[in-house]
Amino acid sequence: MIKCEAISKVYVNGDVETPVLKAVSFEVKHGEFVAIMGPSGSGKSTLMHILGALDTPTSGTYRLDGHDVSKLSDDELADVRRDKIGFVFQSFNLLSRATVLRNVMLPLVYAGISPGKRRSGAEKALLAAGLQEDRWHHLSNQLSGGQMQRVAIARALVNDPALILADEPTGNLDTKTGEVVLGTFQELNRAHRHTIVLITHELYVAEHADRIIHIQDGSILEDIRNHKKRLAHAAHFSS
Amino acid sequence: MTIRDLFEETYSSLTVNKVRSGLTILGIVIGIGSVIAMVSIGQGAQGSIESSIQSIGSNLLLVMPGAQRGPGYQVSSGRGSAQTLTQDDADAIIKQITLARAIAPEISRRYQIVARGTNTNTQVVGTVASYSQVRNVEIDQGSFITDQNVLSLARVAVLGPTTRDDLFGEGSDPIGETIKINGIDFKVVGITKSKGGTGFGNQDDMIFIPLKTAQKLLAGDDYVTTISIQVQDQNSMTAAQEEVTSLLLDRHHISDPQLADFNVLNQADIVATASSITNTFTMLLAAIAGISLLVGGIGIMNMMLTTVTERTREIGLRKAIGAKRKDISIQFLAESVMLTFSGGVIGVLFGWLISFAVTQFTGIATQISSSSILLAFGVSAIIGIIFGYYPARRAAGLNPIEALRYE
Repeated sequence: MIKCEAISKVYVNGDVETPVLKAVSFEVKHGEFVAIMGPSGSGKSTLMHILGALDTPTSGTYRLDGHDVSKLSDDELADVRRDKIGFVFQSFNLLSRATVLRNVMLPLVYAGISPGKRRSGAEKALLAAGLQEDRWHHLSNQLSGGQMQRVAIARALVNDPALILADEPTGNLDTKTGEVVLGTFQELNRAHRHTIVLITHELYVAEHADRIIHIQDGSILEDIRNHKKRLAHAAHFSS
Repeated sequence: MTIRDLFEETYSSLTVNKVRSGLTILGIVIGIGSVIAMVSIGQGAQGSIESSIQSIGSNLLLVMPGAQRGPGYQVSSGRGSAQTLTQDDADAIIKQITLARAIAPEISRRYQIVARGTNTNTQVVGTVASYSQVRNVEIDQGSFITDQNVLSLARVAVLGPTTRDDLFGEGSDPIGETIKINGIDFKVVGITKSKGGTGFGNQDDMIFIPLKTAQKLLAGDDYVTTISIQVQDQNSMTAAQEEVTSLLLDRHHISDPQLADFNVLNQADIVATASSITNTFTMLLAAIAGISLLVGGIGIMNMMLTTVTERTREIGLRKAIGAKRKDISIQFLAESVMLTFSGGVIGVLFGWLISFAVTQFTGIATQISSSSILLAFGVSAIIGIIFGYYPARRAAGLNPIEALRYE
């Protein structure tokens, strides 16, 4: 699904070269729920940008769904994002003057889906993201934070992407609402077999994933199975 | 992205800040409106000048005496001052120029006119019956001068409506009354219809008398001051002009056309000259109005740049979910074109209202041509593209990562 081989990213500012990622290699299989965790400045955001085809690595290869994404042009990257990736951002990034449905349909507009089919796709995604039907015609700025993030999740789902990238999705939410949103991600992963990569700096958020990749100073510190969750999962099934 | 999507996006983003969009549109409305109004005033002026030139007759050639030059050709006493055209020249043209449909020689001079104690000073034109055809003179009351009048040296006069008003009072019927021209009695036999000319060369302030009468009793010589020639049709104007020129050169024994003692004026040339003057005038007005259109365009650019900055995060998001550079730039171009285009539509109405009001309140003729409306639409769309291009390109060129982080 995702295959990173010796990915490096160096930012050049004048004569100063700042290495942000140092030969990072890992794989994510289809249907996995991975958290990438690290403190700020660790390079996790840069890694997220490369995984999300928003940026290309300075060296190394990144294969998404079998395609090499590391050397594409801006417009080709846009196509990859459109067809394979769904983003969920910390600050939701909804169009405030548009209704919930229009927000969710937006990726379909750029994907060239006919207006008739957009509506049913958006409804399906909203149901999967768990937003009640009576909110669908609200303007997005009339919603609560948790509801906004569900709209954003629905928007990420609507194209049926190979990979859902969530960048600090609970950063602007209170703990309780954050818990609900993280539960939604777990549900999507478990029930719909969506591949999810979650970027966060907090351990309790990362612990909702099956696997935690810990990044520090541009390198992978550890890459571990999340036993705590496995135990919880096992308990869930045994009860 | 379909056209419908583009319209919906554009509509929803322009209606978010209605006051700002409205004010920006106002700049274009004023620009387009003033261009339409100014061009309509210019074209109205052109139309009325051309029709007043056409009213002196159609397919007309005017032969006038040239400058009178002394020996050595150093001193010129001005065009039209020479007495070089004679009755014989006119007769020769009648006989030899086959392209001429009708010819009217005339002798005109200003005289003091007295009637019943009132008096005026006006142009007295001695001419022949065909003058009414050649110079498009229509009779309101009575009749025009006849060939019989000319042959018999009759002392009859046809008054222009303005002259009639000056001498006998407005709306009076002076047929049969007597007027004194330079002390000689003339009987009024007709009144011409008003041609509506004003100012210099007013064709309503004239008295027509038989040519021979004018030559013998008033001028005392055989010269004519103008020979008007009506040519068969518009296409033979130039040919007729050349024929008349060579005939008269021949008759006057002049070998070098540069030294001709007469001028042959082509009515088409007069119209062309007048048109070129009014065209310049129209261009001047349009250029002044165009400046306001330019200012309006800069207003569009200003608003679009502000919008791009305000919506940086939105642009970042759109790029993140798969919008290409082209999608973003088309969206912003559509917004600016929508602004200028709606400004153009309102501006055309506004300009039409202005020119309507100008005609109503000042009486200046205006004329709105479909070409100026089409031009206004075209210009407003082009302004939208030109002034929207830079902001749109800036939006399309934003880096999605930085745009998403923008606060």
